Amino acid sequence: MQFGILINEGPYTHQASDSAFLFARTAIEKGHTVPRVFFYHDGVNNSNRLATPPQDDRNVSARWSKLAAEHGVDLVVCVAAAQRRGITDDVLAPGFRISGLGQLVEMGIQYDRLVTFGD
Amino acid sequence: MSDMDEMDDGSGIIKKFMFLNRKAPHGTVYALEGLEVVLITAAFDQDVSMVFTDDGVYQLLKGIDTKGIEVKDFSKTYRALEGYDIEKLYVDQKSMDARGLTEEDLIVDVTVLSVDEMANLMAEQDVVISF
Amino acid sequence: MLHIVNKSATERGSLESCLAMATKGSAVLLIEDAVYAVTKGSTAAAKIQAAAADLKIYALGPDLAARGMAGRVLDGVNVVDYGGFVDLVAEHNSCQSWL
Repeated sequence: MQFGILINEGPYTHQASDSAFLFARTAIEKGHTVPRVFFYHDGVNNSNRLATPPQDDRNVSARWSKLAAEHGVDLVVCVAAAQRRGITDDVLAPGFRISGLGQLVEMGIQYDRLVTFGD
Repeated sequence: MSDMDEMDDGSGIIKKFMFLNRKAPHGTVYALEGLEVVLITAAFDQDVSMVFTDDGVYQLLKGIDTKGIEVKDFSKTYRALEGYDIEKLYVDQKSMDARGLTEEDLIVDVTVLSVDEMANLMAEQDVVISF
Repeated sequence: MLHIVNKSATERGSLESCLAMATKGSAVLLIEDAVYAVTKGSTAAAKIQAAAADLKIYALGPDLAARGMAGRVLDGVNVVDYGGFVDLVAEHNSCQSWL
């Protein structure tokens, strides 16, 4: 089955991105695919490569990048939400790209399931 | 908006999309950015419903004046939805009653549902996007 | 339909709204801070137990454990891991998050 994931909140402040990541990783382990994850509202902040969290805790943006590299997950950051919050191409971590809200709508149309994680 | 160039995904699939709005405007960004998703969805010829429940009903009030808080007033955009063929707007009676509101207080025409009717509407949907 | 609730019932009304709108036979999965509602002694316990007559109530085990609540789950609540979460989403035609 193809799962789409929508993440509405930024890293660390809310658990949304963590819950979404564990869901995505588990879905892939179980043989499903997660072709795309869409980051909206403050969720765009998950894409920031400049984050330097403490060494003894998870690096939220890096582990999304790793999932993308290992399993071909398309990490899409909404252009309008990104512009509002100062996320530009040069701060994106590997695997993330900026694109339009149409990418989210396509997930709803094309995939079997779409799960929202937010506040 | 540049996104309006993406006219449907070419698959011919039509799904029931529901946008769930449960938060008041301005205290958080969800009402504004939620509306932006709905406007983009209009280009994809899907079966779209917007549901306003709990504090979400406050998004539709007349008389919004944001000059004093110096934020963008996007309330007129709800009236523009009809021009995008987004016509299925629903509120539930219980959320309205709990806030002392009637249909006359709202900026657009809506269909007022009972809790059971709204529950059944939700159960019929293919895709639910929550903000 | 699978309903997903993530906020504590004592912080926000999302669980109450979800339980009022979930049709008979639906599944409700509590994740993140919402899991407190399915623990013995919580203010939502009675509401959850009443809801369990018509709805299938699930809670995410890792979130319970993270909050020290793994040993306090109400009878009638099904505890699932992330694998179970994925299965629930797959098994229901659609899902709705109450944020």
